[in-house]
Amino acid sequence: MASEQLEEYLESILDIGEKEGIAKTSAIARCMKVSPASVTEALQTLADKGYVNYEPYKGASLTGLGREMARKVKRRHRLLEVFLSDVLHINRENVHDEACRMEHTLSDKTECALCKMLHAPARCPHGSLIEACDRDVESCSACLQETTPLSTCTRDEHLVPVTSLKPGQKGTIAFIRGDNSVVQRLTDLGLTLRTDVQLVRKAPLSGPVEIGVRKTRLAIDHAIADHIFVSACGKKAG
Amino acid sequence: MSGCGNCEGCLTGIKTPVDKREYVVALAGNANVGKSATFNQLTGVDQEIGNWPGKTVERAEGLLQYRGQRIRVIDLPGIYSITALSTEEQVSREFIAHDHPDVVVNIVDASALERNLFFTLQLGELGSPMIVAVNQMDLATQKGIRIDSGKLSALLGVPVIPTIATQGKGITELSDAIIRAVHDRPTPYTIPYGKEVEDRIRSILGLLPAGAGGYPPRWTAIKLLEGDPDTLWEVRKQAPDIAQTAQAYARELEKIHGEPVGMVLSGERYHASERLVAEVMEIHTPGDQEASLTERIDRLALHPVLGYLLLILTIGGLLVWTFIIGAWISAILLSYLSLIAPVEPLITGSVSDVIMNGAWTGFVAALTLIIPYVIPFYLFLALIEDSGFLTRFSLMLDRGMHKMGLHGKAIIPLVLGFGCTVPACLSCRIIESPTQKLLAAFLVTLVPCSARTVVILGVVAAFVNIWWALALYLFDFILIVVLGRIAFRVLPGESVGMIMEMPDYHAPSLPIVLGQTYQRTKSLIGIVLPSYIVGSIVITAAYALGLLEPVNTLLSPVTVLLLGLPLMTGVVFIFGIVRKEMTLLALVAIFGTTVFSTIMTPAQLIVFSLVTMLYVPCISTIMAVAQEFGWKKALGITLLETALAILSGAVAIRLLGLFL
Repeated sequence: MASEQLEEYLESILDIGEKEGIAKTSAIARCMKVSPASVTEALQTLADKGYVNYEPYKGASLTGLGREMARKVKRRHRLLEVFLSDVLHINRENVHDEACRMEHTLSDKTECALCKMLHAPARCPHGSLIEACDRDVESCSACLQETTPLSTCTRDEHLVPVTSLKPGQKGTIAFIRGDNSVVQRLTDLGLTLRTDVQLVRKAPLSGPVEIGVRKTRLAIDHAIADHIFVSACGKKAG
Repeated sequence: MSGCGNCEGCLTGIKTPVDKREYVVALAGNANVGKSATFNQLTGVDQEIGNWPGKTVERAEGLLQYRGQRIRVIDLPGIYSITALSTEEQVSREFIAHDHPDVVVNIVDASALERNLFFTLQLGELGSPMIVAVNQMDLATQKGIRIDSGKLSALLGVPVIPTIATQGKGITELSDAIIRAVHDRPTPYTIPYGKEVEDRIRSILGLLPAGAGGYPPRWTAIKLLEGDPDTLWEVRKQAPDIAQTAQAYARELEKIHGEPVGMVLSGERYHASERLVAEVMEIHTPGDQEASLTERIDRLALHPVLGYLLLILTIGGLLVWTFIIGAWISAILLSYLSLIAPVEPLITGSVSDVIMNGAWTGFVAALTLIIPYVIPFYLFLALIEDSGFLTRFSLMLDRGMHKMGLHGKAIIPLVLGFGCTVPACLSCRIIESPTQKLLAAFLVTLVPCSARTVVILGVVAAFVNIWWALALYLFDFILIVVLGRIAFRVLPGESVGMIMEMPDYHAPSLPIVLGQTYQRTKSLIGIVLPSYIVGSIVITAAYALGLLEPVNTLLSPVTVLLLGLPLMTGVVFIFGIVRKEMTLLALVAIFGTTVFSTIMTPAQLIVFSLVTMLYVPCISTIMAVAQEFGWKKALGITLLETALAILSGAVAIRLLGLFL
């Protein structure tokens, strides 16, 4: 199977899995617009390569390796969408399909350059969150201001934005994305790197999130809080 | 405290020389830690206090007379960091840095010591003599937090005084410490950063010419490293090379740490603060009661359905409660006053009769129409502020405010606008971006303030029915949302999201709520009563002399033709520009009755209130907007709102004619 097709499958399984837990063959077929028979065949190949756990008649779920890969492609997909809509001003309805075709050929280097050029955007034009990159940096300015290439060693931990923690869940700040003034403001209020934080609650309608830090509670705009990435406590990322 | 100012000798160890010099003491600290409460205790001045961050936007001054010393106390707005970003933070920063107070009293919240000491460390770098007051000790004790203030004092190198400002505890000790400090001038120890940072600070210090920037050299060096624009600009004037070298150093630090240099320094300060807290603080019972109370209330107040319901009930309740209690007090007052002398129109007669009659009319109108409604209104508002609910409104409505290009913090000025537009306009300073600030102030001028509430309740609720009064409010709220959306489209500038601290709830303290209500009512009575009496004399006299006719005739195309109101209302609206409640007085003085249903039809009463609600903001508001944003914007808002008032009034009278 071509790597392109493989990545598309992984993305679909990620999407469906996030909603339904396990991705059924029929659901994947509907999502990919292919016949269930080809899905079964593809899933067997993916399972052989170690990207998915496949159980016939039940469906598939991603392995750690598969999840990593799917997330990476998703990140590229959404970055490309921002690029297509904000820079090239391509009609919003078309950016998804365009990005779908481009995402598989993007190299790490190009992805990083694209992220820099777009000033590390937080969300795609449709409002979905863009994952943090896996470079071993603690803030975006490390990338944005670099003149010589940084070391390409990658983080071994998977980071999530603080907004995707569950109420009551704790995490440790690992990375703050965004421009200097916001980062400075957050830092001054006690949200420094390696600080433990707790998501207290999310206001309805993706309003501000309430974050507990250093025995105080801060209400932070959802879009700003999206920039605060933590390594979540209580579950190990694959 | 000032009572024992003449007493000498009850304090051992301090010789108090008679000193005619006036000392200046500034109160500084994070937002909502009790600076204003401490200020009130020290000076006896009633500075408004409330349970939300950003209450004090302008510095307040009071005098502490203690042991024969005169000390000017300055209450500064709350500040989280000296890398100041919003106006309120700049006020504090500039005062401490430029005006060189004799002592800075840094007030810290005992329950959030780590975040508060971060600021203490920054303050220390400014080199002012300092005292630390650890406030809200009672709340900390409830949470099982114990703080060793003696040890903290030893570690910081300055006096540390535990206080409970709302109860006045520790204030005597603090006053003593202040007196001592103006003579001893204790300055805190320097907190060293990491080696790579210290090396660079030292190199910059070696290059700095004496007195560059007018700050302590170490502070200037740190600010240069942080790339603070003001400091860079100051230093560049004197020594352009140093600014450049500092920026090169900053770049090096960024490379070492892989994060912006501001973050590096903040991170180091927080580490120092963590170390201090570990030394001086003990936590005994982790499962604390106060936090769980806040948590329990928040479960309701921030609930996706119940929370909004609570919000609507609160605002609705505010209006209904004001009307019911107000009408009750008004009726009682009126029954007593009518025993003394009934209000009688007296158009002709001797000059003294006209004046006496005018004065009496004004007195009765102020006492029965304004005060009964304003007191219950302010009482309720003070409850909302003091309990901590106001910040929850911000959180709940943040999303909705985005639609108007604002964020949740703007709810605070808007809710305060129900009281008086002028302080509400000033409190717009808590919003960071200039465009958002202007937008918020514009919307604040449309919020029905207590004066407008008095008019709506006194005219429509009293003589049509309360539902039409509530309908007027509803129309105003819709108008605010619609205009907000339009203004957001028109005004250039980006929206910035909200970052705001959520204070714990506390049971409103009776003295504070009553004190706040008393303060606001007192200043109102001080203005309204005299202006009503004088205004009434002027109107009655002008009426008797026939001076009102030309004004009424001039305005008649608008008042009579467009709005369908009686001819005499022209003058009424002119008086309303001074204060909106004056419209009521003018009606009473001209028509000689407080029963408005005898002079206008229900439809006319509604339109009259609608126009009063929307047209020209009162003079004080125009001045406040002009002071904050310039005359052009103030006049623009005035014209826009007048046009809006006439337009909606003209439409309303024609529509209402079909129903009423």
